[in-house]
Amino acid sequence: MAETIAAPVSNPVSERSPPAGRKQVDSALLNNRLVQVGAGIILILTLLAIAAPTLTRIGVLHEPIHQDTNGLDADGMPRPPSAHYLLGTDNLGRDVLSRVVYGARVSLTIGTAAMLTATLIGVTVGLVAGFYGGKLDLGLMRFTDMNLSLPAILLAIAFAGLMDGKVVHLHPAWLHWSFLDIRLQRGMVSVFLIIGFVCWPGMVRVIRGQVLSIRERDFVQAARALGASDARLISRHILPNVLPTVIVLAAMNTANTIMLEAGLGYLGIGVPPPAPTWGGMIADGQPYFIAAPLIVIAPGLAIVITVLAFNLLGQGLQEALDPKHHP
Amino acid sequence: MLAHFLTRLFWSALTLLATAVLVFFLVNAVPGDVARVIAGPKASPAVLQQIRKRYHLNDPVIVRLGYYLLQLAHGDLGHSFVTDQPVAQALLTRLPVTAALSAMAVVLWMLIAMPLGVLTAKYAGSWIDRGALVAATLSLSLPAFWLARMLQYSLAYKLGWFPVAGFHGFVSLLLPGITLALLFIGYYSRLIHTNMVEVLDSPFVRAARAKGASEAAVLFKHALPNALIPVVTILGMDVASLLGGVLFTENVFALPGIGKLAVQSVFNLDVPMIMGTVLLSATAVVTINLVVDLLYRWIDPRIKQAC
Repeated sequence: MAETIAAPVSNPVSERSPPAGRKQVDSALLNNRLVQVGAGIILILTLLAIAAPTLTRIGVLHEPIHQDTNGLDADGMPRPPSAHYLLGTDNLGRDVLSRVVYGARVSLTIGTAAMLTATLIGVTVGLVAGFYGGKLDLGLMRFTDMNLSLPAILLAIAFAGLMDGKVVHLHPAWLHWSFLDIRLQRGMVSVFLIIGFVCWPGMVRVIRGQVLSIRERDFVQAARALGASDARLISRHILPNVLPTVIVLAAMNTANTIMLEAGLGYLGIGVPPPAPTWGGMIADGQPYFIAAPLIVIAPGLAIVITVLAFNLLGQGLQEALDPKHHP
Repeated sequence: MLAHFLTRLFWSALTLLATAVLVFFLVNAVPGDVARVIAGPKASPAVLQQIRKRYHLNDPVIVRLGYYLLQLAHGDLGHSFVTDQPVAQALLTRLPVTAALSAMAVVLWMLIAMPLGVLTAKYAGSWIDRGALVAATLSLSLPAFWLARMLQYSLAYKLGWFPVAGFHGFVSLLLPGITLALLFIGYYSRLIHTNMVEVLDSPFVRAARAKGASEAAVLFKHALPNALIPVVTILGMDVASLLGGVLFTENVFALPGIGKLAVQSVFNLDVPMIMGTVLLSATAVVTINLVVDLLYRWIDPRIKQAC
């Protein structure tokens, strides 16, 4: 089989010895401009998302789902930007700026939860396939390939139909997410599960490739000779060595999950209205594009900035953790 | 070589079969009364009963899966629930648009990504390289549907350089093709960059330089073809995500392709059509990967020993 590279994420472990000291890695991380910019934007977005209800309470932001009686002009068209509505109103007379800000809550929550789901599945499959090899490896990799051969959005659409309204009762009682103070709509959990179930295959190949090479290295062989169990070998010796890669992949995967959430929202099968989702705002604003372009432009820019931040972070992390490729 | 090809063929067929089964279960678990979708909201119970019988809707899912696979084995993809058109026919009339659009996008982005990747590899670490990296990351971060709308508004509606929407021959594919290319240039220019940096460091490049080859010859004749070898594999694996982009682009520009058909049939709950579009894209991905795998052995004879 021509199994070469699966993704341009290179291998920070196998060829580098001795491993860089912790201090070195830390300073490489902090000094990387891409990490600084990416993490900075994400921090600002997160703070804004958390502060949104407070900003509404003190009167800085409008209610995102409040249809203002003055929000539409005499012809029933959206209002242009003004001192009262900084980015104008949408087709239902709601403040665009506050919907964009509240949209960050939906986007970041779903993006992160979906990324965690995808990472959990992807890393588990990759570890098991790479560690045990043989028929199990073959079966798992074929299953992964099968998932890779379907466009993620198409698979997500199929899942979206399947899960509508059913899945809420499935999630364990301790997983409440209410501490994020977002009204948990029926769609929220199902959307992040859908995206998580669709986004994991991309991680498997890279993780598996690394496990294959780490498995053969001396310290693992030594631990095995000393009688370490499989569980111990995986959790104590292999997992810590693939962790840098996992972190890079997770950052880049968050960019994907947020993009997919926007895509599902755009197609009308994301978190249901009136919750403000960026994709949904773009879809709803399209008929008014020529009269009020900001309804479409503003949420689009929000998606671009958020996804860009996670991609920059991923790129920077990769450079910092893998200096070989980037002198 | 032949044994390898047959093994690959076997796995490809099995992948398609498993995909068919998986998607069948997904699609058939969708809530909603299919018989009502077909007959319309005012149909009498007798008509509904008749339709349920005709499409085996009263049977358990497993039995229906059997019927469906049997039908597939005869090369029949079934009929649309909504228009009663044969699914295969609907797919075939829309395939050329999607294929032309995808092919144009690939050619376009490779034409731009290759010189960009070579240039940034030669000046790796310089401000050109860093700037290109940020630009590439930006291109990775653009939502397809939004970029399509923006370009449609600015270049087609405002400036009138392209048709705004609909399909009137090749011209209508230009702007959608550019949209798709913009989404992928970033990733591919970095991919080529990374491979080029590695290749430029290898002995044969030093040898070429030592014998006095011009810099252009070293970069484009000696190094680039070698840097492109792994890119071919990635291209094959990216067909699925390209189709995802095509889905949005076709819908924004109202192009009569597979992507528009897929979205339409999902909203119509047109089960045979959904199955058809999914199977077609899976077949495209699997076939292209098979071809890439064979091509790969032909391009790079060193791989023959492996496996």
